[in-house]
This record gives sequence, C-alpha cells and structure tokens, in this order.
Amino acid sequence: MSTAADTAAPSPLLEIRDLRVKVGGQEVLRGISLAVRAGEMHAIMGPNGSGKSTLAHVLAGRPDYEIVSGSASFEGRDLFALAPEQRARAGLFLGFQYPVEIPGVNNAYLLKAAVNAARRERGLAELDAFEFLSVVRAKIKLMQIDESFLSRGVNEGFSGGEKKRNEILQMLVLEPKLALLDETDSGLDIDALKVVANGINSLRAAERAIVLVTHYQRMLDYVVPDYVHVLARGRIARSGDRTLALELERRGYDWISEQAAA
Amino acid sequence: MSTADINVLVNRSYRHGFVTDIEADTVPPGLDESVVRLISHKKREPQFLLDWRLRALRHWQSMREPHWAHLRYQPIDYDAISYYSAPKQAKDGPKSLADVDPKLLATYDKLGVPLHERARLAGVAVDAVFDSVSVATTFKERLATAGVIFCPFSEAVQKHPALLERYLGSVVPYTDNFYATLNSAVFTDGSFVYVPPGVRCPMELSTYFRINAANTGQFERTLIVADAGSYVSYLEGCTAPMRDENQLHAAVVELIALDDAQIKYSTVQNWYPGDEQGRGGIYNFVTKRGECRGRNARISWTQVETGSAITWKYPSCILRGENSIGEFYSVATTNHYQQADTGTKMIHIGANTRSTIVSKGISAGHGQNAYRGLVKILPSASGARNFTQCDSLLMGKHSGAHTFPYIEVRNPSATVEHEASTSRISEEQLFYCLQRGIGAEDAVNMIVSGFCRTVFKELPMEFAVEAQNLLAVSLEGAVG
Repeated sequence: MSTAADTAAPSPLLEIRDLRVKVGGQEVLRGISLAVRAGEMHAIMGPNGSGKSTLAHVLAGRPDYEIVSGSASFEGRDLFALAPEQRARAGLFLGFQYPVEIPGVNNAYLLKAAVNAARRERGLAELDAFEFLSVVRAKIKLMQIDESFLSRGVNEGFSGGEKKRNEILQMLVLEPKLALLDETDSGLDIDALKVVANGINSLRAAERAIVLVTHYQRMLDYVVPDYVHVLARGRIARSGDRTLALELERRGYDWISEQAAA
Repeated sequence: MSTADINVLVNRSYRHGFVTDIEADTVPPGLDESVVRLISHKKREPQFLLDWRLRALRHWQSMREPHWAHLRYQPIDYDAISYYSAPKQAKDGPKSLADVDPKLLATYDKLGVPLHERARLAGVAVDAVFDSVSVATTFKERLATAGVIFCPFSEAVQKHPALLERYLGSVVPYTDNFYATLNSAVFTDGSFVYVPPGVRCPMELSTYFRINAANTGQFERTLIVADAGSYVSYLEGCTAPMRDENQLHAAVVELIALDDAQIKYSTVQNWYPGDEQGRGGIYNFVTKRGECRGRNARISWTQVETGSAITWKYPSCILRGENSIGEFYSVATTNHYQQADTGTKMIHIGANTRSTIVSKGISAGHGQNAYRGLVKILPSASGARNFTQCDSLLMGKHSGAHTFPYIEVRNPSATVEHEASTSRISEEQLFYCLQRGIGAEDAVNMIVSGFCRTVFKELPMEFAVEAQNLLAVSLEGAVG
C-alpha cells in the first residue's frame, strides 16, 4: 500500500492506521490500516461478522463503539476528534444498511436541514425552499423516485428498496467528499440495483472517494471498484483489484477466513 | 454521541419568568362569604350572580379535594391563597389602551403579545388577563361590526347579563368538581364570546393570561357561545413569573355550540413549570368542557401543554346534538419534575355523533405524563363513532408515561377504536440525523415535532410555529 510520502500520489482523503475497536467489550476491528485517495472507489468485502459494517460506522462516529487504539484522519484532520455531525458537515456520508424511520418528519425537510447544515459550515448561504427543490428534482429523476416521496415521513413505510434509493438520493444531494455505503445493495431486486448503481456511478469524480461495503460481488458488476479489500476477523486479510471479488464469488470466503485464522 | 453527552445539552431557563412591579389591590388570604361578597361587590354584579357564587361557595365547603389523578404534590393550603388581586388603577378601569398602565403594556410586550396596532397585522384580537383583571381588549370595533361580542367577563356581566344568566354554568355546573366549584365562587375575570347566528368570526380571538402577584390564585372563567351556523376560532396562551412557591390556577372554560355551529379552541399553555429540582411552578387544575347542543355542531380542542408543575385537565365534549362532532388534539410535555394528568371525555348522547382523540405525551427528565380519557356512548347515541390514538414518547430513564382509557358503550351500533403506542427517541434516529450533519438539539426537536405533527397541524398557522418553538425550549437538555 502506498504512503503519503509518495511524491506522485496526493495525500489520502481518508487514512486509517492500525485501528482497533471494541463493541460491547469484544474486539471487532483488530488492526485495520487503509488509505483512500480522492477519485478512488474501494470495495470492502467479507463474511458476516468480519467487522466491515463496524468499520463504516466507527468512521461515521456511531456512539458506543470503543476505539482501543489506532487513528483515522480525514483530509489530514483527526476524524475521531470530530463529533458525528461535524464529520458529516466536513463531507463524510454514511449510507445506512437499515435506514431508520422517523415518523412525521418530512423527508424533504430533513434533507434540506442536512444540506443547509453543510452549507453553513462552508460559509455558504443557505438554500431556500425553492432553490432546494430545484436541486433535488434533478436527482429524484435519476433515482427514478416519485416527487411525492419528498413529502412523506423519513423512511416511514418505505419498502426496503425505497429506503436504499432514498439513501442514495441523500448522497447525491449532499455531494460528500467521502461516501461510505454500508450494504447498499442488500435486499434490492435487479432493477433497483441498477438504479442504485447508476446513482453511485454518477457521483464518481476526481475530488471524491467512495467506499462500498458489501457481502456480494453482484453490485460490483455495475459499480466497478479500483480496489477490493477482504475483511476477516477484524483484519484486512487481502487486498487486490476487482478480480479479487470475482475470485471470492467463485471460491467463497472460507479460504480467506482460514488464512486469517492461521 | 452517547447518552451522557446528550444529557448535557444546554438547559435554557424559562423565558417568561419576570415579575412586573405594579401596585396591586389584593385581598387578604383566605376564603369565606365576605370574600365572595367583596369580589361580587367590586365587580358590581347583579344579584343572580352573587347568589350563584354563594351557592358555589357553600357547596365547595362541603367538598374534598380529589386525589384520584396520577399526581403527587404537597397539599394546597386554601387559606393561604389570596382570592383577588388587581393592578391598582383609575376606578372605572381603562377605557382604551392609552389608559392602561404602561408597565402592564411593557409586560405584554416582553411576552410577545401584540396589544398595539401591530396586532392588526397579525389579525388577532387579544383579551389580556393580568392576574385577575382583564386589561385590554383589542379590535372591539371590527368585531362589533360583525356582531361578535368579545369582551372581559366582568364587562359582559354589566352589558350582557341576560346572555350570561342563560349560559353561565350550563355546561360546567357550579357543583361539577372541587376546582370548578371553587372557581364558581371566586372567579374574578376572563373572557366572554358570543357569535350571533350565521356569523363567521372575522379573526382569530385570543386571550392571554398572566399570573404576576405572589400568593394569589388565578381563577378566570371563559364562556364562548356560538349561535346557530356560526364559527369561531379561539386561542388561549398563558405565562407566569418564576417563583419558588407554587401558585394555584383553577380556571373554567365553557363552550356552547348550537345547530351547525363550530368552535375551535386552541391552548398553548406555558405556565411556569418549576425549576430543575421541581421547586415552584403553577398548579393547573382546569375544567374545560364544551357542549354540542345543536345538530351538526362541532367542537375541537387543541392543546399544547408545556408548562405548569402540575397539570390536571380534561377538555371534554358533550355531544348532544345529532351528527355533532367532538375533537381533542393534545401534546403534553413534562420535563424535570413536571407532572401531567390530562386527557378528555367524549360523551355521546345524540345519534351519529362522532369523536376523535389524538393524544401525544412526551416525558423527559423525571417528568410523569398520564393520559386519562373517557369515551361514553349512551343508549340514545345510535351509530356513534369514536377513534382514539394515544402515543407516548419517553426520553431518559426516569420519565414515565401512563395511559388510563375508560370506555363505556351502551349502544350496540356504536364503533369505538383505540390505538396506543409508547416509544423512545432511539439512538438510531438521533445518529441518523447527526450523520446527516444535523446537530443533536435540532435533531431532537425535529423528531419530537414529527411525533406531534398530527396535533400541530390542527393549530392556527401562526400559533403552530409558536407551539413548536415552545416545545423545543421546554425539552432542552431532555434527551437520553
């Protein structure tokens, strides 16, 4: 893995060093190191319980996760010194595997509050309702979402597929620098998967990085990563390019888990 | 963000807790016949009213304070309360705003009550009751053109005694309950509204109540009569200064809707709730009841209760007229050591009467919140329908929510539905909002407002915003 000292490569957007994390007293991440540069797309794969969702959540600042040792920096800043909302405003986005319902809170209202929180942070004027709507409308079309969606309660009564589309819609509107997408592909039928993949691809840009957390290779047929990392027992057991994902599909996770245990 | 972090969110204090330094005309504490006679005399009341007060006093002396509610508090010493306090002023009271003590007007300015000409822009007619006396009623002329009577109760006593004699006590009789009976004996002022047949009241009517003097009880009485085919929307707001001792507020509100009439009564109650340790605050024992006396009449109660140390109130509807409709929409918040036992009674008497109850209770800190509701369908109420939805939201580990639904159905054709839920603001919901860049305090307000949305949308627009802000203030530092 390259380091920040390389003259050719820019310094990483996200740099994780030897990160160890406990959840409920159990060490779930046992020394993760990873560098993600702007413009890159990484896929983090692994069997259930390997720690891949924990990694995404600890970076976003989920409470009750104990950081035992190690560090993570985002654009050179100590990520763990920032509150979750500060990380978000700085451009870190987490797409949830199970987006929570917030009854009675208008979907558009929450999204507008999110957009304006980030704009205030950057010293930009807040968007009014009209400006906001014009930004959202274009993205809604891309995600093949009906406009009535905006006036419903946040994730309230949404189907699994609608919740995932909503996550990607939020990401498209917020235009984060770093998007962590936790199992965004799970529970999607093939049509919905294509729509979601399309949304993710539309956000790929030189100044932005995307980290996909996924159990299955299936998504990677539509969203092609530059790097694939396989997590097993809280460590990165293997890194490679997308051919690694194909190999996993063929051989399963057992051989890597066994190697990691050895 | 952990639970502990959330708990340290700032505690902003009560914003209406100032005292106005005004010379007051206050009777010594204690209650006997001479006090009642004095009040009646000061108000130059006709004989029927004095007699009614005295009957109430005698009845009250035979009653005992009720203790069935889910509330705990130090006993109230009724002999330590002064039953009448009025700002001293020219004998006949203010003729116009110009005659009102500028200190009083400044008080209402601080409270944000639009008493002056700017009120015209807001389109709200305000009757302000300071301690026990009504200080100003705005927009009288415009209302008079429409034929609407909106004036202080004591003025109605002088100008419209026949209406009062006909309707006073016709929904809440002086024998009704301990607090209503006490009120009947000693009430000092309040508001009176009469909307003539077929008239749609041209503006929102509003009363603003404020308790200022120490050791006084506030006993106001509101009577609203909507004659056949009329419509009126009425809003009541309340504040009090911060004091370490508890103060008693025992009001009575009576609503009467005749054939095809509609009354919409909204309350934003922000009495001083006591401090974080539960010292001081208003004891709010209020009787509110409306009667749909005619066919197709409709009465809606909407309340946002954020204040008071103790809240004991059950705005109710007697659905006598055929096809009449009763509605109750409530948000009750208790934080710190506040306690609320609130709900409604829907009494179905007429055929095809309908009622809807939506109650949202929010408990934080050591707050205790009880919903108590009665749905009663009498044998005459064929085809009656009720829908009740009762939701509780808990914050923190020490708060409590309790639901006491009473249902009595004596007509087999009636339909009664009851839904109830209890939930917490989950860490999931909070983290979701934080991850979208929304600060914890804003996130909590957003989640709570969402929870209350079905009630807020029943409030007149300008007050919905105020209610939302008030809720945010009263819940500061409340999440866990």
